[in-house]
Amino acid sequence: MKLNERSLAFYATCDSPADNTGFLYKKGERHTAYHRRWFVLKGNMLFYFEDRDSREPVGVIILEGCTVELCEATEEFAFAIRFAGARSRTYILAADSQPAMEAWVKALSRASFDYMRLVVRELEQQLEQMRLGSRRRTEPLVPPRRERSLPSSGSKENGCAVWSQESCSLPNGTLPRTSHEGALRPPPLPPRRKPSLGSSPVPLLVPETPFTPGTTTFSQLHDWYGQEILALRREWLESRGQL
Amino acid sequence: GEKPGLTCALDRGSLGFPFGAQLPHSFLISPPVVKRRLVKLVVNFLFYFRTDEAEPIGALLLEHCRIAEEEPSVFSISFIEEPDRKYYFECSSEEQCQEWIDALRRASYEFMRRSLIFYRNEIQKMTGKDPLEQYGISEEARFQLNTHQA
Repeated sequence: MKLNERSLAFYATCDSPADNTGFLYKKGERHTAYHRRWFVLKGNMLFYFEDRDSREPVGVIILEGCTVELCEATEEFAFAIRFAGARSRTYILAADSQPAMEAWVKALSRASFDYMRLVVRELEQQLEQMRLGSRRRTEPLVPPRRERSLPSSGSKENGCAVWSQESCSLPNGTLPRTSHEGALRPPPLPPRRKPSLGSSPVPLLVPETPFTPGTTTFSQLHDWYGQEILALRREWLESRGQL
Repeated sequence: GEKPGLTCALDRGSLGFPFGAQLPHSFLISPPVVKRRLVKLVVNFLFYFRTDEAEPIGALLLEHCRIAEEEPSVFSISFIEEPDRKYYFECSSEEQCQEWIDALRRASYEFMRRSLIFYRNEIQKMTGKDPLEQYGISEEARFQLNTHQA
């Protein structure tokens, strides 16, 4: 399968923050020998380099739809990145120490796109609640957000499908609040459409599409629900083999 | 073409899996040839398939990329390290094109990270407390304001 490898290599070596770096021993695919590689965890991707100074990664593991677990292996401080499915493989890695192994397992467990999206959602909702609270609204202006899970597949958020159906939980075991808990809440506000700057650097404190509850109009909400309905309808037609 | 040595592992088993509401088909244009492809956006990757095949031909990582509207129904993706090389996609309508553009611009991990930092900062300003502390993740590198590696 082709990939835009230059982009991957660029992402691996650019100055966006890495969540963990270090040497790990990686068990070879066909042989039982372990090879020492320099690993860099960025976003939902685990890159590995021949050496710390290498300019390009030798490989990348995309951390979606996998589990990270401790494992029994001939090496001490070993852990596994396990993908489900008949043709998928398991990556066995080994650290130099117990603390290093624990740090890697923790970091890798939280590396998925879904996890990040959960945390963002959680903070969005917190901020939304605070803003509504500060305006002293007694009732929401719009109907409550209904359950958005689609039959037989993962939810679609931010226009992006999720990789797997498994639900994520936040690290201390709490699940994100669903829209059915507590008082009725308005639906998520659609991001404001702005002329885009593409991916050019933006000031860190300003995302490209900030929520601004006070400026939402009915037509924006209408568009939002409309898009959701179109998406559901499309899925329904596809499931009936009509698309 | 592919460079030898860069191997990519991903959960191939998941790809045959219904993704929920798939964004509609688009056309991949490699001037002057137009090829019809099924395109699927999954997390921060854009997979593309021949329309009758289950395995993708390839994928584009959507980090540090620029999504631009080229014509009313055509958008392009280009990457920061190779800005002149564009991947063109022709959609079936302007509306579909805009939907794709919006979705792709929000699809990167970097975008989510910036959003998270923004919300964290806003909440901290309003409450004086760091909302990430309760999850034990406030020290993680990716959530810090300063993007330079330590």
